[in-house]
Amino acid sequence: MKKRFRSQPGPLAVFYAILVYIFLYLPVAVVIVFSFNTSERNIVFQGFTLSWYKTMFSNSELMWAFRNTLIVAAVSTAVSTVLGTLCAVGMQRFEFKLKKAFNSALYIPIVIPELVFGVAFLAFFSLVHVDMSMATLIISHVTFSMPFVEVTVRSRLSGMDPSIREAAMDLGAGEVHTFFRVILPTISPAVISGAMLALTLSLDDVVVSYFTAGPNSETLPLMIMGMVKKGISPDVNALSTLMILGTFFILFFSTRIQRKLENS
Amino acid sequence: MKKKNKEALPRGFMIGPAMAWLALFLLLPLGYIVVISFLQKNAYGGVILHFSLASYRSLLHAAYLKVFAESFLLAFETTVLCLLVGYPMAYIIAKSPEHLRAVMVLFMMLPFWINSMIRIYGWSTLLRNQGVINWILIHLGVISQPLGMLYTDGTVLLGMVYDLLPFAVLPMYTSIEKLDPFLLEAASDLGAGKMHTFLKVTLPLTSPGLFAATIQTFIPALGLFYISDMMGGAKKMYIGNLIKNQFLSARNWPLGAALSILLIAVTLFLVGLYSRVGKMEDIV
Repeated sequence: MKKRFRSQPGPLAVFYAILVYIFLYLPVAVVIVFSFNTSERNIVFQGFTLSWYKTMFSNSELMWAFRNTLIVAAVSTAVSTVLGTLCAVGMQRFEFKLKKAFNSALYIPIVIPELVFGVAFLAFFSLVHVDMSMATLIISHVTFSMPFVEVTVRSRLSGMDPSIREAAMDLGAGEVHTFFRVILPTISPAVISGAMLALTLSLDDVVVSYFTAGPNSETLPLMIMGMVKKGISPDVNALSTLMILGTFFILFFSTRIQRKLENS
Repeated sequence: MKKKNKEALPRGFMIGPAMAWLALFLLLPLGYIVVISFLQKNAYGGVILHFSLASYRSLLHAAYLKVFAESFLLAFETTVLCLLVGYPMAYIIAKSPEHLRAVMVLFMMLPFWINSMIRIYGWSTLLRNQGVINWILIHLGVISQPLGMLYTDGTVLLGMVYDLLPFAVLPMYTSIEKLDPFLLEAASDLGAGKMHTFLKVTLPLTSPGLFAATIQTFIPALGLFYISDMMGGAKKMYIGNLIKNQFLSARNWPLGAALSILLIAVTLFLVGLYSRVGKMEDIV
Protein backbone atom coordinates (compact mmCIF):
# COMPACT_ATOMS: atom_id res chain seq x y z
CA MET A 1 0.00 0.00 0.00
CA LYS A 2 2.74 2.34 1.05
CA LYS A 3 4.50 1.76 -2.21
CA ARG A 4 1.75 3.30 -4.22
CA PHE A 5 2.43 6.78 -2.88
CA ARG A 6 6.16 6.60 -2.68
CA SER A 7 6.48 4.88 -6.01
CA GLN A 8 8.61 6.35 -8.76
CA PRO A 9 7.00 8.06 -11.72
CA GLY A 10 5.87 5.66 -14.42
CA PRO A 11 6.85 5.79 -18.11
CA LEU A 12 4.02 8.18 -18.91
CA ALA A 13 5.28 10.62 -16.26
CA VAL A 14 8.82 10.37 -17.58
CA PHE A 15 7.57 11.04 -21.10
CA TYR A 16 5.62 14.05 -19.86
CA ALA A 17 8.63 15.46 -18.00
CA ILE A 18 10.80 15.05 -21.11
CA LEU A 19 8.23 16.90 -23.21
CA VAL A 20 8.18 19.80 -20.75
CA TYR A 21 11.97 19.99 -20.78
CA ILE A 22 12.03 19.93 -24.58
CA PHE A 23 9.55 22.80 -24.56
CA LEU A 24 11.84 24.75 -22.20
CA TYR A 25 15.09 24.07 -24.04
CA LEU A 26 14.04 24.01 -27.70
CA PRO A 27 14.46 27.76 -28.30
CA VAL A 28 17.76 27.76 -26.41
CA ALA A 29 19.03 24.90 -28.54
CA VAL A 30 18.04 26.72 -31.72
CA VAL A 31 19.99 29.81 -30.72
CA ILE A 32 23.07 27.70 -29.99
CA VAL A 33 22.84 25.63 -33.19
CA PHE A 34 22.53 28.67 -35.43
CA SER A 35 25.58 30.29 -33.88
CA PHE A 36 27.60 27.69 -35.84
CA ASN A 37 25.76 28.24 -39.11
CA THR A 38 27.59 29.49 -42.21
CA SER A 39 24.44 31.16 -43.54
CA GLU A 40 23.76 34.63 -42.29
CA ARG A 41 20.04 34.00 -42.05
CA ASN A 42 18.81 31.80 -39.26
CA ILE A 43 16.61 29.60 -41.42
CA VAL A 44 18.43 26.58 -42.69
CA PHE A 45 21.59 25.10 -41.32
CA GLN A 46 24.01 25.26 -44.23
CA GLY A 47 27.30 24.32 -42.74
CA PHE A 48 29.44 24.47 -39.64
CA THR A 49 31.59 27.47 -38.87
CA LEU A 50 33.16 29.16 -35.89
CA SER A 51 33.64 32.45 -37.69
CA TRP A 52 30.81 34.26 -35.86
CA TYR A 53 32.75 33.79 -32.65
CA LYS A 54 35.47 35.89 -34.20
CA THR A 55 33.39 38.49 -36.03
CA MET A 56 31.35 39.31 -32.94
CA PHE A 57 34.35 41.09 -31.48
CA SER A 58 34.37 43.58 -34.33
CA ASN A 59 30.66 44.31 -33.93
CA SER A 60 31.17 47.43 -31.85
CA GLU A 61 27.49 47.98 -31.06
CA LEU A 62 27.19 44.44 -29.74
CA MET A 63 30.37 44.71 -27.67
CA TRP A 64 29.26 48.03 -26.21
CA ALA A 65 25.92 46.56 -25.14
CA PHE A 66 27.69 43.55 -23.69
CA ARG A 67 30.05 45.78 -21.73
CA ASN A 68 27.12 47.82 -20.38
CA THR A 69 25.27 44.67 -19.37
CA LEU A 70 28.25 43.35 -17.44
CA ILE A 71 28.98 46.64 -15.67
CA VAL A 72 25.36 47.15 -14.62
CA ALA A 73 25.04 43.54 -13.48
CA ALA A 74 28.31 43.59 -11.49
CA VAL A 75 27.69 46.91 -9.75
CA SER A 76 24.02 46.34 -9.01
CA THR A 77 24.70 42.84 -7.71
CA ALA A 78 27.44 44.09 -5.39
CA VAL A 79 25.37 46.98 -4.04
CA SER A 80 22.16 45.02 -3.62
CA THR A 81 23.97 42.10 -1.96
CA VAL A 82 25.62 44.36 0.62
CA LEU A 83 22.46 46.38 1.32
CA GLY A 84 20.20 43.34 1.34
CA THR A 85 22.45 41.24 3.59
CA LEU A 86 22.98 44.00 6.15
CA CYS A 87 19.27 44.70 6.15
CA ALA A 88 18.38 41.04 6.61
CA VAL A 89 20.71 40.68 9.59
CA GLY A 90 19.27 43.84 11.13
CA MET A 91 15.67 42.88 10.46
CA GLN A 92 16.19 39.48 12.03
CA ARG A 93 17.75 40.92 15.14
CA PHE A 94 16.12 44.23 15.99
CA GLU A 95 12.62 45.29 16.82
CA PHE A 96 11.65 48.83 15.93
CA LYS A 97 8.62 50.98 15.33
CA LEU A 98 8.22 50.86 11.59
CA LYS A 99 9.40 47.29 11.18
CA LYS A 100 6.11 45.94 9.87
CA ALA A 101 5.67 48.76 7.38
CA PHE A 102 9.24 48.43 6.20
CA ASN A 103 8.79 44.70 5.82
CA SER A 104 5.83 45.29 3.51
CA ALA A 105 7.84 47.84 1.54
CA LEU A 106 10.46 45.14 0.95
CA TYR A 107 7.86 42.94 -0.70
CA ILE A 108 6.63 45.64 -3.07
CA PRO A 109 9.30 45.10 -5.75
CA ILE A 110 8.79 41.35 -5.49
CA VAL A 111 5.07 41.33 -6.20
CA ILE A 112 4.25 44.44 -8.21
CA PRO A 113 4.67 44.18 -12.01
CA GLU A 114 8.04 45.45 -13.15
CA LEU A 115 6.41 47.67 -15.71
CA VAL A 116 5.00 49.86 -12.93
CA PHE A 117 8.52 50.41 -11.59
CA GLY A 118 9.81 51.19 -15.02
CA VAL A 119 7.33 54.01 -15.57
CA ALA A 120 7.66 55.18 -11.94
CA PHE A 121 11.43 55.54 -12.42
CA LEU A 122 10.91 57.31 -15.73
CA ALA A 123 8.54 59.83 -14.14
CA PHE A 124 10.66 60.23 -11.01
CA PHE A 125 13.97 60.83 -12.78
CA SER A 126 12.36 63.32 -15.10
CA LEU A 127 10.85 65.10 -12.07
CA VAL A 128 14.26 65.51 -10.45
CA HIS A 129 15.85 66.34 -13.84
CA VAL A 130 18.21 63.40 -13.97
CA ASP A 131 19.00 62.13 -17.46
CA MET A 132 18.92 58.40 -18.02
CA SER A 133 22.39 56.86 -17.93
CA MET A 134 24.30 53.92 -16.53
CA ALA A 135 23.71 55.39 -13.07
CA THR A 136 19.91 55.40 -13.36
CA LEU A 137 20.05 51.91 -14.83
CA ILE A 138 22.10 50.67 -11.87
CA ILE A 139 19.86 52.42 -9.34
CA SER A 140 16.77 50.78 -10.81
CA HIS A 141 18.41 47.34 -10.85
CA VAL A 142 19.52 47.62 -7.21
CA THR A 143 15.97 48.59 -6.23
CA PHE A 144 14.32 45.52 -7.69
CA SER A 145 17.02 43.00 -6.74
CA MET A 146 17.89 44.09 -3.18
CA PRO A 147 14.60 42.80 -1.68
CA PHE A 148 15.24 39.38 -3.23
CA VAL A 149 18.63 39.25 -1.51
CA GLU A 150 17.09 40.38 1.76
CA VAL A 151 14.37 37.72 1.72
CA THR A 152 16.80 34.96 0.73
CA VAL A 153 19.27 35.82 3.48
CA ARG A 154 16.61 36.35 6.11
CA SER A 155 15.06 32.94 5.50
CA ARG A 156 18.46 31.44 6.26
CA LEU A 157 18.90 33.60 9.34
CA SER A 158 15.58 32.50 10.78
CA GLY A 159 17.08 29.02 11.11
CA MET A 160 20.14 30.34 12.97
CA ASP A 161 20.45 30.03 16.73
CA PRO A 162 20.53 33.59 18.19
CA SER A 163 22.55 32.39 21.16
CA ILE A 164 25.60 31.94 18.90
CA ARG A 165 25.74 35.67 18.31
CA GLU A 166 25.07 36.42 21.97
CA ALA A 167 27.84 34.04 23.02
CA ALA A 168 30.31 35.79 20.72
CA MET A 169 29.31 39.17 22.11
CA ASP A 170 29.54 37.91 25.70
CA LEU A 171 33.04 36.66 24.99
CA GLY A 172 33.96 40.21 24.14
CA ALA A 173 33.71 40.27 20.36
CA GLY A 174 32.53 43.66 19.12
CA GLU A 175 29.65 44.21 16.70
CA VAL A 176 31.87 44.33 13.63
CA HIS A 177 33.93 41.36 14.69
CA THR A 178 30.82 39.30 15.46
CA PHE A 179 29.29 40.19 12.11
CA PHE A 180 32.29 39.15 10.05
CA ARG A 181 33.47 36.19 12.12
CA VAL A 182 30.22 34.66 13.34
CA ILE A 183 27.16 35.78 11.41
CA LEU A 184 28.56 36.13 7.90
CA PRO A 185 30.16 32.65 7.75
CA THR A 186 26.87 31.08 8.82
CA ILE A 187 24.76 32.88 6.26
CA SER A 188 27.28 32.92 3.42
CA PRO A 189 25.52 30.20 1.34
CA ALA A 190 22.35 32.29 1.43
CA VAL A 191 24.31 35.44 0.58
CA ILE A 192 25.68 33.66 -2.48
CA SER A 193 22.20 32.50 -3.52
CA GLY A 194 20.93 36.04 -3.05
CA ALA A 195 23.79 37.48 -5.09
CA MET A 196 23.17 34.95 -7.86
CA LEU A 197 19.51 35.90 -7.90
CA ALA A 198 20.42 39.59 -8.10
CA LEU A 199 22.88 38.86 -10.90
CA THR A 200 20.35 37.03 -13.07
CA LEU A 201 17.61 39.53 -12.41
CA SER A 202 19.95 42.24 -13.63
CA LEU A 203 21.36 40.35 -16.63
CA ASP A 204 17.87 39.37 -17.75
CA ASP A 205 15.97 42.55 -17.12
CA VAL A 206 14.17 44.09 -20.06
CA VAL A 207 11.10 45.78 -18.66
CA VAL A 208 12.64 48.19 -16.15
CA SER A 209 15.79 48.79 -18.22
CA TYR A 210 13.61 49.75 -21.16
CA PHE A 211 12.65 52.87 -19.21
CA THR A 212 15.80 53.61 -17.22
CA ALA A 213 18.56 53.07 -19.80
CA GLY A 214 20.04 56.13 -21.44
CA PRO A 215 20.95 56.42 -25.13
CA ASN A 216 24.51 55.31 -24.37
CA SER A 217 23.71 52.62 -21.84
CA GLU A 218 21.73 50.15 -23.91
CA THR A 219 22.08 46.62 -22.54
CA LEU A 220 22.23 43.37 -24.47
CA PRO A 221 18.60 42.34 -23.83
CA LEU A 222 17.42 45.76 -25.01
CA MET A 223 19.58 45.52 -28.11
CA ILE A 224 18.30 42.04 -28.94
CA MET A 225 14.75 43.21 -28.38
CA GLY A 226 15.25 45.93 -30.98
CA MET A 227 16.72 43.46 -33.46
CA VAL A 228 14.39 40.47 -33.21
CA LYS A 229 11.88 41.54 -35.81
CA LYS A 230 14.44 42.66 -38.35
CA GLY A 231 16.39 39.47 -37.90
CA ILE A 232 19.49 39.00 -35.86
CA SER A 233 22.92 38.34 -37.24
CA PRO A 234 24.54 35.12 -36.00
CA ASP A 235 27.24 36.93 -34.05
CA VAL A 236 24.49 37.73 -31.54
CA ASN A 237 23.79 33.98 -31.39
CA ALA A 238 27.50 33.40 -30.79
CA LEU A 239 27.68 35.89 -27.94
CA SER A 240 24.45 34.49 -26.48
CA THR A 241 25.89 30.98 -26.60
CA LEU A 242 28.97 32.17 -24.75
CA MET A 243 26.75 33.89 -22.19
CA ILE A 244 24.76 30.69 -21.70
CA LEU A 245 28.04 28.83 -21.15
CA GLY A 246 29.22 31.55 -18.78
CA THR A 247 25.99 31.27 -16.81
CA PHE A 248 26.43 27.52 -16.49
CA PHE A 249 29.95 28.01 -15.20
CA ILE A 250 28.94 30.63 -12.66
CA LEU A 251 26.04 28.48 -11.52
CA PHE A 252 28.21 25.38 -11.31
CA PHE A 253 30.94 27.05 -9.28
CA SER A 254 28.60 28.95 -7.03
CA THR A 255 26.76 25.75 -6.07
CA ARG A 256 30.10 24.06 -5.39
CA ILE A 257 31.26 26.94 -3.21
CA GLN A 258 27.91 26.91 -1.45
CA ARG A 259 28.19 23.20 -0.78
CA LYS A 260 31.70 23.67 0.61
CA LEU A 261 30.50 26.45 2.89
CA GLU A 262 27.58 24.32 4.05
CA ASN A 263 29.89 21.48 4.98
CA SER A 264 32.54 23.48 6.78
CA MET B 1 17.92 52.18 28.37
CA LYS B 2 21.62 51.53 28.09
CA LYS B 3 20.99 48.51 25.89
CA LYS B 4 18.83 50.56 23.56
CA ASN B 5 21.51 53.16 23.02
CA LYS B 6 24.04 50.50 22.34
CA GLU B 7 21.79 48.99 19.71
CA ALA B 8 20.91 52.19 17.94
CA LEU B 9 24.22 52.42 16.09
CA PRO B 10 24.45 48.89 14.64
CA ARG B 11 20.72 48.96 13.90
CA GLY B 12 20.97 52.21 12.02
CA PHE B 13 23.98 50.96 10.17
CA MET B 14 22.40 47.68 9.12
CA ILE B 15 18.86 48.69 8.24
CA GLY B 16 19.38 52.37 7.55
CA PRO B 17 20.96 52.13 4.09
CA ALA B 18 18.34 49.70 2.73
CA MET B 19 15.55 51.74 4.27
CA ALA B 20 16.85 54.99 2.85
CA TRP B 21 17.33 53.36 -0.55
CA LEU B 22 13.78 52.03 -0.71
CA ALA B 23 12.30 55.28 0.58
CA LEU B 24 14.14 57.28 -2.06
CA PHE B 25 14.00 54.96 -5.06
CA LEU B 26 10.87 52.95 -4.42
CA LEU B 27 8.34 54.86 -2.35
CA LEU B 28 9.04 58.29 -3.84
CA PRO B 29 8.72 57.15 -7.49
CA LEU B 30 5.60 55.11 -6.72
CA GLY B 31 4.17 58.00 -4.71
CA TYR B 32 4.84 60.29 -7.64
CA ILE B 33 2.93 57.94 -9.92
CA VAL B 34 -0.03 58.16 -7.55
CA VAL B 35 0.20 61.97 -7.66
CA ILE B 36 0.48 62.08 -11.45
CA SER B 37 -2.61 59.93 -11.83
CA PHE B 38 -4.64 62.76 -10.25
CA LEU B 39 -3.15 65.51 -12.41
CA GLN B 40 -3.85 66.76 -15.93
CA LYS B 41 -1.60 66.35 -18.90
CA ASN B 42 -0.27 69.34 -20.75
CA ALA B 43 0.27 69.55 -24.47
CA TYR B 44 3.98 68.73 -24.28
CA GLY B 45 3.73 65.38 -22.56
CA GLY B 46 4.23 66.75 -19.07
CA VAL B 47 1.70 67.29 -16.34
CA ILE B 48 -0.06 70.38 -14.98
CA LEU B 49 -0.50 70.75 -11.25
CA HIS B 50 -4.24 70.67 -11.35
CA PHE B 51 -6.26 68.07 -9.48
CA SER B 52 -8.36 65.99 -11.80
CA LEU B 53 -10.06 62.64 -11.91
CA ALA B 54 -10.10 62.75 -15.70
CA SER B 55 -7.61 59.92 -16.17
CA TYR B 56 -9.54 57.61 -13.88
CA ARG B 57 -12.77 58.52 -15.62
CA SER B 58 -11.27 57.79 -19.00
CA LEU B 59 -10.41 54.27 -17.82
CA LEU B 60 -14.10 53.57 -18.31
CA HIS B 61 -14.01 54.30 -22.04
CA ALA B 62 -15.13 51.35 -24.10
CA ALA B 63 -11.79 51.13 -25.91
CA TYR B 64 -9.89 50.80 -22.64
CA LEU B 65 -12.39 48.39 -21.18
CA LYS B 66 -11.74 46.21 -24.20
CA VAL B 67 -8.00 46.40 -23.51
CA PHE B 68 -8.57 45.35 -19.89
CA ALA B 69 -10.81 42.50 -20.94
CA GLU B 70 -8.25 41.23 -23.43
CA SER B 71 -5.37 41.63 -20.97
CA PHE B 72 -7.16 39.82 -18.18
CA LEU B 73 -8.23 37.11 -20.58
CA LEU B 74 -4.64 36.63 -21.76
CA ALA B 75 -3.33 36.62 -18.19
CA PHE B 76 -6.07 34.20 -17.21
CA GLU B 77 -5.34 31.84 -20.12
CA THR B 78 -1.62 32.03 -19.35
CA THR B 79 -2.22 31.20 -15.70
CA VAL B 80 -4.59 28.31 -16.44
CA LEU B 81 -2.16 26.79 -18.95
CA CYS B 82 0.80 27.24 -16.59
CA LEU B 83 -1.13 25.51 -13.80
CA LEU B 84 -2.40 22.72 -16.05
CA VAL B 85 1.01 22.01 -17.56
CA GLY B 86 2.93 22.83 -14.39
CA TYR B 87 1.00 20.90 -11.76
CA PRO B 88 1.68 17.43 -13.20
CA MET B 89 5.29 18.47 -13.73
CA ALA B 90 5.60 19.66 -10.12
CA TYR B 91 3.97 16.41 -9.00
CA ILE B 92 6.38 14.30 -11.05
CA ILE B 93 9.39 16.15 -9.65
CA ALA B 94 8.11 15.81 -6.09
CA LYS B 95 7.56 12.07 -6.55
CA SER B 96 10.94 11.43 -8.17
CA PRO B 97 13.78 9.80 -6.25
CA GLU B 98 15.50 12.30 -4.01
CA HIS B 99 18.78 12.53 -5.89
CA LEU B 100 16.95 13.31 -9.13
CA ARG B 101 14.73 15.97 -7.59
CA ALA B 102 17.45 18.58 -7.15
CA VAL B 103 18.62 18.07 -10.73
CA MET B 104 15.09 18.31 -12.09
CA VAL B 105 14.46 21.54 -10.19
CA LEU B 106 17.77 22.92 -11.40
CA PHE B 107 16.88 22.18 -15.02
CA MET B 108 13.51 23.80 -14.47
CA MET B 109 15.30 26.94 -13.27
CA LEU B 110 18.12 27.01 -15.81
CA PRO B 111 16.18 28.68 -18.63
CA PHE B 112 15.43 31.45 -16.17
CA TRP B 113 19.17 32.03 -15.96
CA ILE B 114 19.37 32.40 -19.71
CA ASN B 115 18.35 35.76 -21.03
CA SER B 116 14.64 35.78 -21.82
CA MET B 117 15.20 37.91 -24.93
CA ILE B 118 17.49 35.24 -26.32
CA ARG B 119 14.89 32.58 -25.66
CA ILE B 120 12.08 34.59 -27.23
CA TYR B 121 14.37 35.13 -30.19
CA GLY B 122 14.83 31.35 -30.35
CA TRP B 123 11.07 30.95 -30.61
CA SER B 124 10.81 33.47 -33.40
CA THR B 125 13.56 31.60 -35.26
CA LEU B 126 11.46 28.46 -34.94
CA LEU B 127 8.06 29.89 -35.75
CA ARG B 128 8.65 32.48 -38.47
CA ASN B 129 7.29 31.89 -41.97
CA GLN B 130 10.87 31.28 -43.11
CA GLY B 131 11.57 29.60 -39.79
CA VAL B 132 12.75 26.15 -38.86
CA ILE B 133 9.37 24.50 -38.23
CA ASN B 134 7.82 25.71 -41.49
CA TRP B 135 10.94 24.70 -43.41
CA ILE B 136 10.82 21.18 -41.99
CA LEU B 137 7.10 20.79 -42.63
CA ILE B 138 7.38 22.04 -46.22
CA HIS B 139 10.32 19.76 -46.96
CA LEU B 140 8.47 16.82 -45.49
CA GLY B 141 5.59 17.65 -47.78
CA VAL B 142 3.15 18.11 -44.90
CA ILE B 143 2.30 21.65 -45.99
CA SER B 144 2.90 23.58 -49.18
CA GLN B 145 2.53 27.08 -47.78
CA PRO B 146 4.12 28.25 -44.53
CA LEU B 147 1.70 28.34 -41.64
CA GLY B 148 1.44 31.91 -40.37
CA MET B 149 2.30 30.93 -36.83
CA LEU B 150 4.26 33.89 -35.55
CA TYR B 151 2.51 37.19 -34.78
CA THR B 152 -0.77 35.59 -33.79
CA ASP B 153 -2.65 35.46 -30.48
CA GLY B 154 -1.53 31.85 -30.14
CA THR B 155 2.16 32.70 -30.22
CA VAL B 156 1.69 35.45 -27.64
CA LEU B 157 0.09 32.90 -25.35
CA LEU B 158 2.88 30.44 -26.10
CA GLY B 159 5.53 33.03 -25.25
CA MET B 160 3.78 33.95 -22.01
CA VAL B 161 3.40 30.34 -20.88
CA TYR B 162 6.98 29.65 -21.88
CA ASP B 163 8.33 32.59 -19.92
CA LEU B 164 6.28 31.98 -16.78
CA LEU B 165 6.04 28.18 -16.52
CA PRO B 166 9.07 27.72 -14.22
CA PHE B 167 7.63 30.29 -11.80
CA ALA B 168 4.43 28.27 -11.64
CA VAL B 169 6.11 24.89 -11.19
CA LEU B 170 8.40 25.85 -8.30
CA PRO B 171 5.86 26.96 -5.68
CA MET B 172 3.59 24.04 -6.58
CA TYR B 173 6.54 21.66 -6.25
CA THR B 174 7.39 23.05 -2.80
CA SER B 175 3.79 22.55 -1.75
CA ILE B 176 3.48 19.00 -3.12
CA GLU B 177 6.81 17.96 -1.63
CA LYS B 178 5.63 18.99 1.82
CA LEU B 179 2.54 16.81 1.43
CA ASP B 180 2.53 14.04 3.99
CA PRO B 181 2.25 10.69 2.15
CA PHE B 182 0.58 9.16 5.21
CA LEU B 183 -2.41 11.40 4.65
CA LEU B 184 -2.84 9.94 1.19
CA GLU B 185 -2.45 6.47 2.62
CA ALA B 186 -5.04 7.23 5.26
CA ALA B 187 -7.45 8.46 2.59
CA SER B 188 -6.98 5.33 0.57
CA ASP B 189 -7.23 3.07 3.62
CA LEU B 190 -10.52 4.70 4.37
CA GLY B 191 -11.70 3.63 0.95
CA ALA B 192 -11.19 6.76 -1.15
CA GLY B 193 -10.38 6.10 -4.79
CA LYS B 194 -7.42 7.73 -6.54
CA MET B 195 -9.53 10.50 -8.07
CA HIS B 196 -11.35 11.11 -4.82
CA THR B 197 -8.12 11.26 -2.84
CA PHE B 198 -6.67 13.73 -5.30
CA LEU B 199 -9.70 16.03 -5.26
CA LYS B 200 -10.38 15.85 -1.52
CA VAL B 201 -6.88 15.58 -0.04
CA THR B 202 -4.04 16.38 -2.43
CA LEU B 203 -5.58 19.36 -4.16
CA PRO B 204 -6.80 21.20 -1.03
CA LEU B 205 -3.53 20.58 0.81
CA THR B 206 -1.45 21.90 -2.07
CA SER B 207 -3.71 24.88 -2.70
CA PRO B 208 -1.24 27.40 -1.17
CA GLY B 209 1.24 26.31 -3.84
CA LEU B 210 -1.40 26.62 -6.53
CA PHE B 211 -2.28 30.07 -5.28
CA ALA B 212 1.37 31.17 -5.15
CA ALA B 213 1.77 29.86 -8.70
CA THR B 214 -1.29 31.83 -9.78
CA ILE B 215 0.19 35.02 -8.37
CA GLN B 216 3.57 34.27 -9.92
CA THR B 217 1.99 33.96 -13.37
CA PHE B 218 -1.10 36.17 -13.41
CA ILE B 219 0.56 39.37 -12.17
CA PRO B 220 3.64 39.26 -14.43
CA ALA B 221 1.42 38.27 -17.35
CA LEU B 222 -0.42 41.58 -16.97
CA GLY B 223 2.77 43.59 -17.25
CA LEU B 224 4.91 41.73 -19.80
CA PHE B 225 4.68 44.07 -22.75
CA TYR B 226 7.62 42.77 -24.72
CA ILE B 227 6.22 39.33 -25.50
CA SER B 228 3.14 40.72 -27.19
CA ASP B 229 5.36 43.27 -28.93
CA MET B 230 7.75 40.66 -30.24
CA MET B 231 5.61 37.60 -30.78
CA GLY B 232 2.24 39.20 -31.46
CA GLY B 233 3.40 41.82 -33.87
CA ALA B 234 1.72 44.33 -31.53
CA LYS B 235 -1.58 43.91 -33.35
CA LYS B 236 -3.57 43.69 -30.17
CA MET B 237 -3.25 46.19 -27.38
CA TYR B 238 -2.75 44.86 -23.88
CA ILE B 239 -2.59 46.85 -20.67
CA GLY B 240 1.20 46.56 -20.54
CA ASN B 241 1.62 48.01 -24.02
CA LEU B 242 -0.97 50.65 -23.25
CA ILE B 243 0.92 51.86 -20.15
CA LYS B 244 4.21 51.83 -22.01
CA ASN B 245 2.72 53.86 -24.85
CA GLN B 246 1.16 56.46 -22.54
CA PHE B 247 4.57 57.19 -21.07
CA LEU B 248 6.68 56.97 -24.21
CA SER B 249 4.68 57.75 -27.33
CA ALA B 250 1.17 59.00 -26.54
CA ARG B 251 2.64 61.08 -23.74
CA ASN B 252 -0.40 61.03 -21.54
CA TRP B 253 1.31 60.45 -18.21
CA PRO B 254 -1.79 60.83 -16.00
CA LEU B 255 -3.57 58.12 -17.95
CA GLY B 256 -0.49 55.86 -17.85
CA ALA B 257 -0.22 56.51 -14.11
CA ALA B 258 -3.90 55.70 -13.51
CA LEU B 259 -3.46 52.46 -15.46
CA SER B 260 -0.41 51.63 -13.32
CA ILE B 261 -2.45 52.23 -10.16
CA LEU B 262 -5.05 49.86 -11.55
CA LEU B 263 -2.34 47.19 -11.99
CA ILE B 264 -1.10 47.81 -8.44
CA ALA B 265 -4.65 47.51 -7.12
CA VAL B 266 -5.19 44.18 -8.88
CA THR B 267 -1.84 42.96 -7.52
CA LEU B 268 -2.56 44.00 -3.95
CA PHE B 269 -5.99 42.41 -4.12
CA LEU B 270 -4.54 39.07 -5.25
CA VAL B 271 -1.67 39.19 -2.78
CA GLY B 272 -4.11 40.09 0.00
CA LEU B 273 -6.20 37.05 -0.87
CA TYR B 274 -3.08 34.91 -0.98
CA SER B 275 -1.78 36.07 2.41
CA ARG B 276 -4.84 34.38 3.96
CA VAL B 277 -3.81 30.95 2.71
CA GLY B 278 -0.03 31.02 2.39
CA LYS B 279 3.18 32.63 3.57
CA MET B 280 4.67 35.57 1.68
CA GLU B 281 8.12 33.98 1.81
CA ASP B 282 6.89 31.17 -0.43
CA ILE B 283 6.19 33.55 -3.27
CA VAL B 284 9.82 34.45 -3.75
